[in-house]
Amino acid sequence: MPQIAQLSETITSQVFWLLVFFGITFFVIGRGMVPKIMQTVADRESQIGADLTAAKAARDAADQQEEAWRVREAQNRDAAHAIVTEAKGNAAARSQDVLATAQARFDQEVEAAEIQIDHARREALAELETVATEAAQDIVAKIANINVARPEAHRAVQEALARG
Amino acid sequence: MAEAKVDPMHQFTIEPLFGSESWALGATGINIAFTNSALWMLITTLVLFAFVMGGMKRELVPGRWQMMVETFTGFIDQMLEANIGKAGRKYVPYVFTLFMFILFANLLGLMPLGVIGVHPFTFTSHFTVTGVLAIMSFTIVLAVGFFKHGLHFFSLFLPHGTPWWMAPVIAPIEFISFMVRPFSLGLRLFVAMMAGHVLLEVLSSFVISGGNAGPLFAVGIGIPSMILMIGICALELLVAGIQAYVFALLTALYINDAENLH
Repeated sequence: MPQIAQLSETITSQVFWLLVFFGITFFVIGRGMVPKIMQTVADRESQIGADLTAAKAARDAADQQEEAWRVREAQNRDAAHAIVTEAKGNAAARSQDVLATAQARFDQEVEAAEIQIDHARREALAELETVATEAAQDIVAKIANINVARPEAHRAVQEALARG
Repeated sequence: MAEAKVDPMHQFTIEPLFGSESWALGATGINIAFTNSALWMLITTLVLFAFVMGGMKRELVPGRWQMMVETFTGFIDQMLEANIGKAGRKYVPYVFTLFMFILFANLLGLMPLGVIGVHPFTFTSHFTVTGVLAIMSFTIVLAVGFFKHGLHFFSLFLPHGTPWWMAPVIAPIEFISFMVRPFSLGLRLFVAMMAGHVLLEVLSSFVISGGNAGPLFAVGIGIPSMILMIGICALELLVAGIQAYVFALLTALYINDAENLH
């Protein structure tokens, strides 16, 4: 077993070179490089954490804005609805007015026309009485050879018209 | 027919390289021959450096290599945090070095470089090496314990809730179990690595001897041994990782005792 057989002649060399190379490894790799590698990992993790936090904040902000937009949208919709309702009301009122005015004017015209018609009828009736009276005088004069006085003939015509 | 002479222990022999057998540390006369063992420590250091260097690109979105290195540092970091807590952070450089150095040494020792004529040397199969690593960990435990808690560190030997009349019995037992730690730590790795390599060597000698002894032995012993060897190789790769992990984990647990007492 060389480990024991060679112990006395090799132990100093073994210990010396182990301390040399383990020391180099410890100071160069363990103390020099490992902390940098771990720092890189820590930096990456903190960056990932910061990015996640930023993303979460951005999402929250977007949610908030969407909520605000939703509220604003609802308000706008209500406002628009109110405007439409008001315009409808206005239009209905205005058309009502116009219709009422037009109706009034029609009524007026119709009344005037009726008065006129009545007047014309009355005139025509009066004229009819005159014509009928003259015709009755003529007829009586021609048939019976009797001259009837005008008021008398007029009264007879009126009686006949009243009997209808 | 080649003579099948396989010495399963020969692979652990330390040989000075480049005529360095008489190198000494200054005027002290301490021998520091640059051996095959030292060479593989150097190779381990270089390979480990190259591996970790690949993870130093420090990109925000890591590539495969960077991801792999970061997985190892994260693994050690999590192990220390789970076992020691927030204070475990400052031991990451040491435990990472320990884990990766042992892991790479174990794995490099298993590389099938023999097929190109280079024989890998597993320096973790020498208790001179594992012993030094274990003593280093144990020294850190003692230094941290006495630096942080002073003489109060001795309360480690008297677990909470021990009845006072049990103290004379418990304390020596705890003390012995504490003092055994560096030995168990070092021996565990050394034994596991050595046993695995001896087993592979013995099985390979079965393959060669079986092949030399005729067709019947070749089929009856050589081929099954070869198949078993392939399986054991996979197992040894697992053991290489597990032993490095166990060494680092136990170091973390021992440091936890020093850091937090109990």
